[in-house]
Amino acid sequence: MAERILMKGNEAIAEAAIRAGCRHYFGYPITPQTEIAAYMAKKMPKIGGVFLQAESEIASINMVYGAAAAGMRVMTSSSSPGISLKAEGLSYIAGSDVPALVVNVQRGGPGLGGIQPSQSDYFQATKGGGHGDYRMIVLAPASVQEMASLTIKGFDLADKYRMTSMILADGTIGQMMEPITFEDAEITTYEKPWALTGTECKRKHNVVNSLYLKPDELERKNFERYEKYAEIEKNEAMWEDYMMDDAEICVVAFGIASRVAKNAVAMARAEGIKVGLIRPITLWPFPNAAFEAADKAKAFISVELSMGQMIEDVKLATKCQKPVYLCNRTGGMIPSPDEILASIRNAMKGE
Amino acid sequence: MAVVFEKPKSLTDAPFHYCPGCPHGIIHRLVAEVMDELGIEGKAIGVAPVGCAVMAYDYFSCDMIEAPHGRAPAVATGIKRCRPDNVVFTYQGDGDLASIGMAETVHSAARNENITVIFVNNAIYGMTGGQMAPTSLPGQVTQTSPYGRDVNHCGWPIRVSEMLATLEGPEYVARVAVNNVKNVKNAKKAIKKAFENQIAGKGFSLVEVVSACPTNWGMTPKAALEWVESDMLPYYPIGVYKDRSAGEDK
Repeated sequence: MAERILMKGNEAIAEAAIRAGCRHYFGYPITPQTEIAAYMAKKMPKIGGVFLQAESEIASINMVYGAAAAGMRVMTSSSSPGISLKAEGLSYIAGSDVPALVVNVQRGGPGLGGIQPSQSDYFQATKGGGHGDYRMIVLAPASVQEMASLTIKGFDLADKYRMTSMILADGTIGQMMEPITFEDAEITTYEKPWALTGTECKRKHNVVNSLYLKPDELERKNFERYEKYAEIEKNEAMWEDYMMDDAEICVVAFGIASRVAKNAVAMARAEGIKVGLIRPITLWPFPNAAFEAADKAKAFISVELSMGQMIEDVKLATKCQKPVYLCNRTGGMIPSPDEILASIRNAMKGE
Repeated sequence: MAVVFEKPKSLTDAPFHYCPGCPHGIIHRLVAEVMDELGIEGKAIGVAPVGCAVMAYDYFSCDMIEAPHGRAPAVATGIKRCRPDNVVFTYQGDGDLASIGMAETVHSAARNENITVIFVNNAIYGMTGGQMAPTSLPGQVTQTSPYGRDVNHCGWPIRVSEMLATLEGPEYVARVAVNNVKNVKNAKKAIKKAFENQIAGKGFSLVEVVSACPTNWGMTPKAALEWVESDMLPYYPIGVYKDRSAGEDK
């Protein structure tokens, strides 16, 4: 059996990335994710990999763009203000159909915000961030174990669909320590005939590019990309149901918020309230099927560390046919189980 | 019949989109001739900028990528660090390299990143229709300096080669011009050295090519080349600004 080890969430991401075959990391320091860079700086030179501290987040995402275009498993990590700077590169990576893994260990915003945990980059991750029509696969770990497993999954999805997978974590899960196990993950290797390797004068040159000056070509490219996105929506949504079988109240929460919510659900169950939890693991694609299955639910509560961003997707998933309440803290604050319990009681009363 | 002149193998058959009299065609050709002579077409990976040369990926027959504005040295860094045996070059203009991409330029030079940078300085933003560049000369009239570049208002043009030469990092920094036959020949020598340096693992090599933009300067091609000689080269003198291995045996 694989060894059980105690690890910080950020370090679990780094170790998992190496186990997934990532040998190229480009980053820039920012709290609360810097342990990822520090881990890579220590490990990469010893395993024939590359760690490079870039001059900025902008440079680091463009190094990722170059390395991804060269056909490598490559990643960068940052936290909220840094992700804003990477948005340009994320758009180019999407427009050029190259695979990459990007980690956002979120902190409070907007602006420089704070350094405490937050989930207020939900819109940025799931609705865009950079310019143009594009999507990223967004994975939301709720434990240190999932920081590792979703990193490995993220690399696989990125290669499979030639796009960015984003790990959308938060400062708490990045910083906390939990025991985890690295099972020997089966790593799929993908052919990359489009990659920049040098032609060896044996083939026509490969071009990695997002510029299409003819509008009909650009339109066709975007339609094609959205066909791929439709496949992903159909096949890749992941979520966890907790006590949902008979739930009349459905709490929806991801990441660290879902762990507090689970406690609140257990407390409410002890009071005889039929309540359950849907925990989206993929934020894009959003697990709409989970909500179709929750047909006994009379009301939903979106629990978030933001001013209410995921709640819009909950309303869409429930087709606005049932009340959706918001239970939130923001700016680096985390709701207590009691606060969520109060929300559950209110929802029972239709408040 | 003997072939006395032909298109370099490192160029595709795509016709250039450049304006009449624009030296980009000459500079593309010099880079391609050097790639042919060094036999590196099959292992070269080029990085195109945002600017007039944005579609360089259509013209060079090696593998190519198009970078975001100013980020070519970062993209090239990513490629080169993954594929150190390939020959990686960027081809950038003055707005791209010396304005929005200055941080990427300076830091890739400081790291002595083993890449080759071809920097085309024509003192104007060509692609967007002739705005003031970081290298536009004092008094130069452009769309965004319609009364002439006022250095008290928007500062002085930047001498990139001189500035980079102050860094410990870079292996080779030289400025050349393509306004006459002699200068074109010397430009090719510098470009060749910049590629040879990379192949020898020596590190960051940048060739600044003082060029012309007849269209946006509002001049005939001939007058534009004369303006390079009379106005550009006094501010941007031709020369080798840094050559760490100068004097080493060939």
